[in-house]
Amino acid sequence: MGAIRLENVKKTFGNIDVIPGVDLEINDGEFVVFVGPSGCGKSTLLRLIAGLEDVTAGKILINDVDMVNESPAKRGLSMVFQSYALYPHMTVYNNIAFGLKMAGEPKAVIDEKVRNAAGILNLTDYLERRPGALSGGQRQRVAIGRAIVRNPAAFLFDEPLSNLDASLRVNMRLEITGLHQELKTTMIYVTHDQVEAMTMADKIVVLQAGRVEQVGKPMDLYAKPANKFVAGFIGSPKMNFIEGDYARARNCACVGVRPEHLLLSTEQGEIAATVKIAEHLGAETYLHVNADNIGPMTVRATGEVPLSGNDRVWLTPDPERIHRFDASGNAISN
Amino acid sequence: MDSKFKTPFGQFAYSVFAWIVGLTVFFPILWMVLTSFKSELDAVNMPPLFFDFNWTLENYSGILEQSNYFKFAMNSIILSFGSTFLGLIFAVTCAWAMAFNPTKRTKDTLLWMLSTKMMPPVGVLVPIYLVFRDWGLLDTRFGLIMVLFLMNLPIMVWMLYTYFKEIPKDILEAARMDGATLPKEIIFVLLPMALPGIASTMLLNIILAWNEAFWTLNLTTSDAAPLTAFIASYSSPEGLFWAKLSAASTLAVAPILIVGWFSQKQLVRGLTFGAVK
Repeated sequence: MGAIRLENVKKTFGNIDVIPGVDLEINDGEFVVFVGPSGCGKSTLLRLIAGLEDVTAGKILINDVDMVNESPAKRGLSMVFQSYALYPHMTVYNNIAFGLKMAGEPKAVIDEKVRNAAGILNLTDYLERRPGALSGGQRQRVAIGRAIVRNPAAFLFDEPLSNLDASLRVNMRLEITGLHQELKTTMIYVTHDQVEAMTMADKIVVLQAGRVEQVGKPMDLYAKPANKFVAGFIGSPKMNFIEGDYARARNCACVGVRPEHLLLSTEQGEIAATVKIAEHLGAETYLHVNADNIGPMTVRATGEVPLSGNDRVWLTPDPERIHRFDASGNAISN
Repeated sequence: MDSKFKTPFGQFAYSVFAWIVGLTVFFPILWMVLTSFKSELDAVNMPPLFFDFNWTLENYSGILEQSNYFKFAMNSIILSFGSTFLGLIFAVTCAWAMAFNPTKRTKDTLLWMLSTKMMPPVGVLVPIYLVFRDWGLLDTRFGLIMVLFLMNLPIMVWMLYTYFKEIPKDILEAARMDGATLPKEIIFVLLPMALPGIASTMLLNIILAWNEAFWTLNLTTSDAAPLTAFIASYSSPEGLFWAKLSAASTLAVAPILIVGWFSQKQLVRGLTFGAVK
């Protein structure tokens, strides 16, 4: 059981409001991802929930009990750190067992739980090694093992994959998602990588400057971003924003259209443009173009498109999928 | 090492230079040990005698008969180890706070602590002497342990602070998440990780306390007097007896010299910790 509710949680460092006031509801068993650019306060928010930082004001309710004044250990949460934060002087076995020892569990119980966790995470052969003798992925698994043996109300992940190389990151992403499906425990996952957020989350919380910009399912954020910030942050390559006459003609201050929602033609279309750079990925082609009277735009075309620099192209936004924003950046419903 | 030391001549020159420095530093100790085996007459002979003198142990037997070497040695052990262990308890907690929970003033506090080491101790001799007299601490081991502990505390805090700074804060936070209380976090996680640093801090402080002469001479007479007082008792008032004084000095420095010799690696590693990554 791990339902977490934040009520007007504030955090200031000196005179700086890092978190001006956040309300958030996390349901039991949900996989919630906090995403945002670096410095947006997502890690701070996680550390506030963990109890590693004290809140300036507000309530943090875990299973309806306010935990604001409780020590990290008493909150019943486990955390996986970006740096893994394994105890370098202990074996893998003792790393995983440490929390159970601190809780005063009997030896036999500790042994069973540690071996069980090691089994789930494929660490059985490494139990007697020290962290220094493990690869990055194995260390990450030990850190997760340390978290799961304590049978926490929720797992907190602080950018756990950013120290891994790209291919390992994809594997670990799948492993963590699989682990969530198996354990069905609440997970809060912090990342700056919107791909991780989109692929793993049940619910995404987009943060900017300590404020929650939007909360929703990944596809809701993609299809109906609440504002320009969310629209630009979710989705890769980034959404194109068009201002000026083109937007005025559509009764808004700014039109947003995703690169994959632009129809590409070499003969005719709504917007004329010149290709600057073409990135050929095989399965798809990214064209960075300079649109007449508009400026730089990105187009994502499926499959191989045999275009290169200085070619003339025409783009037509899918009228069903354009996003309109008012002068303050908020979305206007279509 | 600099590339110019890599040529054969460079290496040779470097070795010669290193030997000269080494021998210069070691010579007074060698000379002291040699003199301790001479008769008083040979000890003051001009030109100085290096090895061709009548080797004798009479200085040592004389000293051991005349004065209670082992009582002084025991005092030295109690004072240096006592002040070091007491210091460790305070320094570990201070350094923990400064390294992991710094405030805006932490750097200033550290500098201020070190600045107390720059003041000549004689400047506070009179007040401290008076306090000791009034509180009945003169010539007590407890009083001296307190002085040596306070005197070396800034260095211990500084050394431990630099070691602790090398330890990622995440690991301590992980321990906290794992349910470790503050004492357990320090004992099971911080201290084992900082063990090399703690060992060299201890060694250095034992050596500093062992060699400390100003306070031990001024605040003791007999009961709590360590080996420094033992040496000093041979330099007065009947005039200088070089051979006896050398024998007394050799006896006084021998234990710490042996300890230092065996822990050399640890000491050098500790002192350059953090400097080389």
